[in-house]
Amino acid sequence: MSVEDLNPREREGVIHPEVRAGHDESERAPDGRRLQHAEAASKPIRAPQTREPQPRGAKIRGDRPINQSEAAERFLAAPLHQAAHDERLWDLRKKRDASAHGVPEWEELRELASQIKTHTLSHLDRYLEQFEAAAKANGVHVHWAKDGADHNRIVLEILRSHGAKTLVKSKSMLTEECGFRHHMAANGIEVIETDLGERIQQLDNEEPSHVVAPAVHKTRMDVAEVFAKTLGTDPDNDDAHYLAESQRETTRPYILKADAGMTGCNFAIAETGTVVTCTNEGNADLSGNVPPLQIHSIGIEKIVPKVEHLGVFIRLLSRSALGSPITQYTSHFRAPRAGTEMHMVLVDNGRSERLGMEEFWTSLKCIRCGACMNTCPVYRRSGGLSYGATYSGPIGLIIDPTFNKRKYSTLPFSSTMNGSCTNVCPVKINIHEQIFAWRKVLVEEHQIPALKQGMMKAAGAVLSRPAAYRAAIGAADSALKVLPRFAVYNPLNTWGKKREMPDAPRQTFHAWYKQNRMKDTGR
Amino acid sequence: MRVGLFVPCYVDAFEPEVGIATLELLERLGCTVEYPFDQTCCGQPMTNTGCHAEAAATEALFVKNFSGFDYVVAPSGSCVHQVREHLTAIPQTDEVRHVRASTYELVEFLHDVLKVEDLPWANFPHKVAYHTNCNALRGIHHARPTELVKPYFSKPLDLLRLVKGVELVDLARPDECCGFGGTFSVFEPAVSAKMGYDKVADQNRAGAAYVVSADSSCLMHQKGCAERLGLPLKYIHIAQVLNGAAA
Ligand code: SF4
Repeated sequence: MSVEDLNPREREGVIHPEVRAGHDESERAPDGRRLQHAEAASKPIRAPQTREPQPRGAKIRGDRPINQSEAAERFLAAPLHQAAHDERLWDLRKKRDASAHGVPEWEELRELASQIKTHTLSHLDRYLEQFEAAAKANGVHVHWAKDGADHNRIVLEILRSHGAKTLVKSKSMLTEECGFRHHMAANGIEVIETDLGERIQQLDNEEPSHVVAPAVHKTRMDVAEVFAKTLGTDPDNDDAHYLAESQRETTRPYILKADAGMTGCNFAIAETGTVVTCTNEGNADLSGNVPPLQIHSIGIEKIVPKVEHLGVFIRLLSRSALGSPITQYTSHFRAPRAGTEMHMVLVDNGRSERLGMEEFWTSLKCIRCGACMNTCPVYRRSGGLSYGATYSGPIGLIIDPTFNKRKYSTLPFSSTMNGSCTNVCPVKINIHEQIFAWRKVLVEEHQIPALKQGMMKAAGAVLSRPAAYRAAIGAADSALKVLPRFAVYNPLNTWGKKREMPDAPRQTFHAWYKQNRMKDTGR
Repeated sequence: MRVGLFVPCYVDAFEPEVGIATLELLERLGCTVEYPFDQTCCGQPMTNTGCHAEAAATEALFVKNFSGFDYVVAPSGSCVHQVREHLTAIPQTDEVRHVRASTYELVEFLHDVLKVEDLPWANFPHKVAYHTNCNALRGIHHARPTELVKPYFSKPLDLLRLVKGVELVDLARPDECCGFGGTFSVFEPAVSAKMGYDKVADQNRAGAAYVVSADSSCLMHQKGCAERLGLPLKYIHIAQVLNGAAA
C-alpha cells in the first residue's frame, strides 16, 4: 500500500473552500447518510475494505515511564486506522479554521477568554466560595473532594444513602481522571455511559482517546465488531446510523430506570451556582433530568464569574472543537427538580498544586475543546491512547506530568514543538512553550534517561570547543558519520531506517571558507 | 553595517553551498560580511532536549563569536529562534542581550532590514512548493500561520516573487510540521518519518518539482523521505534560489 492510497485528498489552496465561500456558518446540507449532530456530521471515516485489527494503546506498567513512541509505532503499523484517524481529525482542524475565519473578531475573543480565565484562576478561592454559596442557596448539596479517591468516596456515599444501584453518566473527563467507573464497578454500582463515543469505549474496555471524540481512533468496522459482541448487533453492518441507533436503543432503557444520573461540567458560573454542560447528543440533559438523583462532578478550574462571560466561551468552544458554531445542547443545571436531590462535587485532584506552578498554571485555562489534539501532527499519527494517560495530545503533554512526573516523563518529548497547538487554543495557552519548559524541568529532576542526557553532555562538550568540533566534522566524508554525532549515537540506524542519508558534501563550509576566502590572511 | 555570518553546524557539515550562497547574497546586496572562524553551533540540540546546563558553554561560545557585530545573520529559522528565544543557559549580560536581539534569519533580514525589492540575477523557472519551518513560521513570524485570524503576509513568498520564473504551487496542508523537530527526528523516528512521508507526498501531489525552504534541517529530512519513497522531488535552500542558482 502506498502513501497515495492512504490520503486521496483533493488539492486545496491555502484558504480552505469553506472560507472562500464566505461567512456561512450553517451546517452543510445533510446527505441522509450522516448523523445530524455536528461531531458525527464531520467527514465520515471511509470503511476500510480489508479488515485491520484495531491497534491498542500504550502499555501501562505502574509508574514506569510511558513508552509513547512504541505505542505510536504500533498505531502507525495499522495504516488504515492511522490514515482514517489523521484524515478525520485534520478535517476537524479545517472546519475549525473555516469557522474561526468566519468570525472577524476571533483573535479578540481568544484574548478575552484568556483574560477571563486568568482573572478567575487568580481569584479562584473567592469565586469557588461564591459558587458554593449560590449553589447552596439554590438547594444544592455541595461537596469538596481533594482528589480522585475522595470524589469517588463522596459519590459512593451519596449513592448508598439513596440505595442507588445504577447510574447513567454523561461524558466527563474528570471522572476518567478519578478512575470513577472502575471504582463504582468494584462497589457494585452499574455505570452506563450515555455519550455514544464514551459508550463505545466503555463496551470495548478502553479509555477515551480524545476529549471530544472519545472513539475517534476506531473505524466503523471496529465499532460494529464491539457492538456485535456486546449489544448483539449485526457484525457486518457498519452503517453509522444503524450503529448509533442501536446504541441509543440499548442505552435509553438504562436512562429511564437509572437510580442516579451524573454529568461533568464545562462551565460553572460562580454568580448563579449553575453548572453548564455542552453536548451534541443531549445526553447530559437526559442524565441530569431523568433520574431522581442528580450529581455533577466539577473540576474547580471550570469556574467563570458570571453568566455574561459564558457567551465568550460558548462562541469559542464548538468552533474550536468541531468547526460548528455551537454545540447542539448547552444545558444549564441550577436547582433540583421538585422532589429530587441535586449534588455538586467540586474536585481538586492536583489542580491547586498546578495553580502554584509558575510555568504551568495557565494550563488550567483549558476548556477541553480538543483543538490542540486535532491540529497536532504527532497526535494524528499516534492515536490518543498511545499517550497512556487520561489527557492526550498537546494539552496532555503539559498536564499529565503534573499528575505524575515519573510516569509521564516521556510525554513532553513526544512533540516537535511546532506551535500549531498554541495558535489554535481558544484560551491562548502557550502549549508548546510549556512543553519546552517541561523538558527542562524533567532533565533537572533526572526524569529523562541518563543515556540521553549523557549524549547531550557529550554534544555540549564538542560543540563548545571549536578544535574538537572541527576534528569531529572536519574531514568531508566523516561529516556523514556524525549526522550530527551529538544527536545520534548510532546515526545510521536511527535515521537511515526510514530515510535516506544526506549526501556527503565534498567539503564543509568551514573548509571552503578557509580555502577561498582566507588565502591571504595566513590563518 | 557589520554582519556576522552564522553557519549552523549541520549546514556547515551537510549543506556548505547554503552557507556559500548566504555569504555571496549578502555581499551582492552590499553588506560587509565576516565569518567568525571559531563558531560551532547555537546550542539548540541540547536545549531542545531540555539539557540547558549542557548547552551553556556552547551558548557562551556563540556570544563570544558574535558580540562584535551590528547584525548576526543565519540561513536557519530554527537556530535563530533558539538564539532569540532560548539562549538562556548563561547569565543575560548586555552582551548576550545584544547578540540575541541582533540575530536575524536570512529571509527576515533581507525582507525587514535590507528591504530587498529587486534580485535581478535570480531566475528559477520551476514549479516550487515552499516549506515553512515551524520555528520560522510561528516562532519568528515569517508568515501568517493558517491557524490565526489575522491579515495574510509571507516574507519568504514576497522574496520568491522577485525571482523570475518561479511558479508557486499550493499544498493541501501548507503549515503542517514535516516531522524533523530537531532531536525528535532521532528519538521518535517512526512518527517523524511518517510525518515526513505525508509532507513529501503532499508536495508531490501539488505538482512541485522543487521544494524551497529557509531551513536546511527540514530539507535534509524531507529529501531523505522523498528518496526513500522514490518521489522525483528536489530540495533547495531559499538562499541558493535568491542568489541565482539555476537549479
Ligand atoms: S489546551 Fe486549548 S486547544 Fe487544547 S483542549 Fe484545552 S482549550 Fe482546547
